[in-house]
Amino acid sequence: MTRRVSPSSLTVLIAGGVFFFLPLAATLEFSLRAEHGHNFAAYGDLFSDPQFWSTLKLSLRLAGETAIAVLALLVPTAYWVHLRAPKLRPLVTFLCVLPFVVPPIVLVVGLLSVFRNVSWFLSTPQFLVPAYVILALPYVWFALDAGLRAIDVRTLAEAAESLGAGPFRTLFQVILPGLRSAILAAGLLTVAIVLGEFTMASLSLFNTFPVYVSYVGQTKATGASALTIVSIGLLWAAMLALTFASRGPRRKGAA
Amino acid sequence: MADIQLTSVTRTYGAFVALDEISLSLAAGELVSLLGPSGCGKTTALRILAGFDTPTAGTITIAGKDVTRLAPSRRGVGMVFQAYSLFPTMTAQRNVEFGLRVRGVKTPRRRKQAQELLELVGLGHAASRYPHQLSGGMQQRVALARALAIQPRVLLLDEPLSALDAKVRVQLRDEIRRLQTSLGITTLYVTHDQEEALSVSDRVAVMRDGRIEQIGPPAEIYGEPATPFVAEFIGTINRIESLIGNDGTVVAGDTTLALPAARNHTPGDRVIVLVRPETVSVGASVNGHGVRLDATVITSTFLGATTRVRLATPAGDITADIPSAGGGTPLPGATIPVGFDPASARILSLDRPTD
Repeated sequence: MTRRVSPSSLTVLIAGGVFFFLPLAATLEFSLRAEHGHNFAAYGDLFSDPQFWSTLKLSLRLAGETAIAVLALLVPTAYWVHLRAPKLRPLVTFLCVLPFVVPPIVLVVGLLSVFRNVSWFLSTPQFLVPAYVILALPYVWFALDAGLRAIDVRTLAEAAESLGAGPFRTLFQVILPGLRSAILAAGLLTVAIVLGEFTMASLSLFNTFPVYVSYVGQTKATGASALTIVSIGLLWAAMLALTFASRGPRRKGAA
Repeated sequence: MADIQLTSVTRTYGAFVALDEISLSLAAGELVSLLGPSGCGKTTALRILAGFDTPTAGTITIAGKDVTRLAPSRRGVGMVFQAYSLFPTMTAQRNVEFGLRVRGVKTPRRRKQAQELLELVGLGHAASRYPHQLSGGMQQRVALARALAIQPRVLLLDEPLSALDAKVRVQLRDEIRRLQTSLGITTLYVTHDQEEALSVSDRVAVMRDGRIEQIGPPAEIYGEPATPFVAEFIGTINRIESLIGNDGTVVAGDTTLALPAARNHTPGDRVIVLVRPETVSVGASVNGHGVRLDATVITSTFLGATTRVRLATPAGDITADIPSAGGGTPLPGATIPVGFDPASARILSLDRPTD
């Protein structure tokens, strides 16, 4: 069945496309500009800058640690709330949404005073992990909540229990495999947040990837554009990985 | 000896009494259904037996062992849920194997047993399919095979057919009964569908407001309902409100019916006379019946094998189910005689408890 696209929706589609892609195309073009014509010099400079790699590495590491921490915190919580305390769901949702309304600057100042007496922790970049966990809460919670709502957690848990399974086996062999795509989505969102967070890192004086991006943006015009293109490329690669990963097992064995 | 014994089991949620001192025993290999409207406590009773809920008071024993406080995973109870209980990321085969895997059964033996069970429920060919590739009826068969795999002492079925189409429902319920009988497994079956309960059970327990209203073999529940509630919950029944008269009669509306069973009641008591529609005859076939009334046909509905006729009589409106094959369906407005055998009528007192 082919659906005809009406002229009006086509117009909207084109306008939307222009809105999204024109700035990207302009950025790409600008990143390739050289004194005479175009070349990849800006990209070359970028990839040969050790700061690019060190800050990217630091941010990816923080992203990984944050993802593990936030999932370790929220997966059991979400499971428990759905299974045993559905009445607490609105409360947990409210708590998880709080980071949306608390400005990052307040958060970081608050955390600095909380950890004031633990100075060794303040001086490691891992100081940012608790802050990022808080920032990621709403995204991770909604992803997990949607995943859990899509399966009948209580019936599945009771079925496993009646077959003799203990709570850990039930969680790891029955519930988690069904949450695969939700967990992946939550994890990748967390990575995206950490790779884009500037305020906290800058305020607490850590040289993360977003801080580096900002620095490059203030010092090298074409370099900043090249960096933008690279960042978007990274993000898209992550999104593609997510799409394939969440699709994988279901297709297998289809008639 | 009783295989399962519930003794004075009570469950309250705050002020709400879900189960009110239920006592029930199932003999080994017996299938008992708990039947009743929603909220009558039947599911609570089943969940308490499975261990998903704990009674406020009372005890439960399975094979002589007190399991009242035992975790569900240690009761050896096989359970089939209403729907959507199969593990979505496992194939049918892996679902059936799950309970065996928990018990540490070695892979080759586990595979073989699961395969055999899937054959038993007629799904040998679908072992490698995922739940979302199976129809509702097939999913419930897999769920049954999975519950049976752990060789449970007791099988619990929680409205296993309620999410299925009418046709699949009938087919699967017959199959459940066949399997249950051949395996000789003690089974508790919860349902709100009276036809289902009557067709699969050794005994039916009709529940209402947390109590068992009546328990007995299906024919007894249908033929000799102990209370007006049971009578009306099971099948269709005529309910003639009357007063007990003298010498084996009841006074209903403007008329007097001769019912010998009325002698067992005190004259002047308010009673209801219960008569199943299929025991009521109309027209020429009334001859010879002890109770006979003149009636006017209100409606006549063709139902296939039978025709349901609503009649206005001096004793109130009466419904009769007559065979369609006889021909001569009475037309609305026609005046015809209607009657029934007094032996098929049941009199329940409204003033004092029966029996």
